[in-house]
Amino acid sequence: MKQQQLRIPMPVRYLINAALFAAFLLVGNLLVEGRVISSYYAKVIVLIGINIILTVSLNVATGYLGQLPLGHAGFMAVGAYASAIFLTHTSIPIGIAFPMGIALGGIVAGIVGILIGIPALRLKGDYLAIITLGFGEIIRVILLNIDSVLGFKLTYGAASLKNIPKETSFFSTYLCVGIVCFLIHAMMKSRHGRAILSVRENEIAAESCGINLTYYKTLGFTASAFFAGVAGALYASYLGILNPSGFGFMKSIEILVMVVLGGMGSMLGSVVSATVLTAVPEMLRAFSDYRMIVYSLLLIVVMIFKPSGLLGQYDFSLSRTLESIFRRKPTRHPADAANAEGGEA
Amino acid sequence: MERKKLIPIPSRGLMTERDIGKPPILDIHSLGIDFGGLHAVEDFTLVMGRTEITGLIGPNGAGKTTVFNLITNVYQPTRGVILLDGIDTKGKSTYQINQMGVARTFQNIRLFGELSVEENVLIGLHNQIHYSFASSLFRLPGYWKQEKQAREKAGELLSIFGMQDLRAHQAGSLPYGAQRRLEIVRALATNPKLLLLDEPAAGMNPAETAELMENICKIRDTFQIAIMLIEHDMSLVMGICEGIAVLNYGKIIAKGTPDEIKNNPVVIEAYLGKKEEEGAC
Repeated sequence: MKQQQLRIPMPVRYLINAALFAAFLLVGNLLVEGRVISSYYAKVIVLIGINIILTVSLNVATGYLGQLPLGHAGFMAVGAYASAIFLTHTSIPIGIAFPMGIALGGIVAGIVGILIGIPALRLKGDYLAIITLGFGEIIRVILLNIDSVLGFKLTYGAASLKNIPKETSFFSTYLCVGIVCFLIHAMMKSRHGRAILSVRENEIAAESCGINLTYYKTLGFTASAFFAGVAGALYASYLGILNPSGFGFMKSIEILVMVVLGGMGSMLGSVVSATVLTAVPEMLRAFSDYRMIVYSLLLIVVMIFKPSGLLGQYDFSLSRTLESIFRRKPTRHPADAANAEGGEA
Repeated sequence: MERKKLIPIPSRGLMTERDIGKPPILDIHSLGIDFGGLHAVEDFTLVMGRTEITGLIGPNGAGKTTVFNLITNVYQPTRGVILLDGIDTKGKSTYQINQMGVARTFQNIRLFGELSVEENVLIGLHNQIHYSFASSLFRLPGYWKQEKQAREKAGELLSIFGMQDLRAHQAGSLPYGAQRRLEIVRALATNPKLLLLDEPAAGMNPAETAELMENICKIRDTFQIAIMLIEHDMSLVMGICEGIAVLNYGKIIAKGTPDEIKNNPVVIEAYLGKKEEEGAC
């Protein structure tokens, strides 16, 4: 077993991944800034990035934690509005204010996630779905009907919140995608992530292994809400205008479809399906009326032929792939699979 | 396997000789639970020494697993007191009971089936690993150091049952016997003082059962912990248990050494019905 075991040491793995990701960011940025990619496609690519963040964040709650929340668009709306209100009222230079807005969007959505999660996660299965569905609708209806708080014009209700600085670019979006994917990966490959997985696998066994169910359910749910808020903040500065009708039930379902199609519990699956399901309707602009029909058909077909989603629970690891290419005898080192690196970007 | 003498403790029960003088690991007094009008467990009193192997036997539906569920607070008892290493477990959650030192396996195996064998053990080690959430998010040095230690520890524990080469396998795809063994390893990983085994030999052939018996004794000797087991395989119970409690209709009908239990007419009656003179244990 010992001969020719090529093992890339841990720091080097991270460096390889980071270097490749940086190269991707720079090349992409050059292409977009240099107008090699038309501004229309650049916009689609940014939207894909935002949807990737939404999908991987929902994947934490659905794929890893094993719950079925139906109000993900609600957390996105909270993040979007928090960031947009901050950006339209602050006098901090936009270069600093924008990252702060993104962080703020995440934090506010995360706090709302805790508040919703603690009561909601005591329920199981269908009940959790219903309560989060209700939450998403409540957020939307509140945003739609309340246009001023204590005399301050904040959300502007149905009239839309306008003049948000349009700061979301290819670079900022995909930097966020990279950071979010890394953080989720880092969380899942640790004692905290394993505890979250154990809750999905078997609650009774997890509890008898000394795992505090409420704590880890709330942790997973909050992380999911936090990253949805980040995506929302990016979305607000991408559109420049926010209207509550964009965060309805259908948006939550859209994100859920992306997760299920990619394979619950696979980050690469989430990335691939978010990309495909964002790009395809754009490519087929003429048929966009039938998008929901395509969605449902696609889902039915995948569920019939591959119930675990396109990629099941498979996760890509660049280092593992490299190792198996350079290894003479393709024997899988056991510790290797256990160390399995999820694909970053 | 040397069998130790049981010493009666006034009004409580029996304890192995070598554990006398040390505080008992488990001291249950008049435990009872009702499901509706049914007294599922009634007046259950038991004392267990710190390194004792106790068997809990009885016909199907006698309430054996319910006792396990009461000890781990899956059910809250209606009556009675459970002292775990001198501490009352009333009102504690199941995960807190585990942190206090009780680990268990399940009659119908409850592994984390989609995860690898090693991950199952690492989840058992959860409370022995202490790095913070920030260390895992940002991969601080504490993460690397403790993860490495945890993996080594997991390997050691798996090697008790010679399973170290299976660590990358998916737990749910293991053969039945290996799944049972993995459940014991996972329970041991939580660093218990008391290990509850619910039918560990179910579905095993005689050779596997014999090996399991050796391993249970080995676990007791290496980790110096108390083990309570529910089992229908009498060769296992009579072979390794130092004290046996027989449960029928939720009540303890006999307590004693294996030899006493074997010849106890009440026990024979519970198992075989009246008029049978020779019990086929």
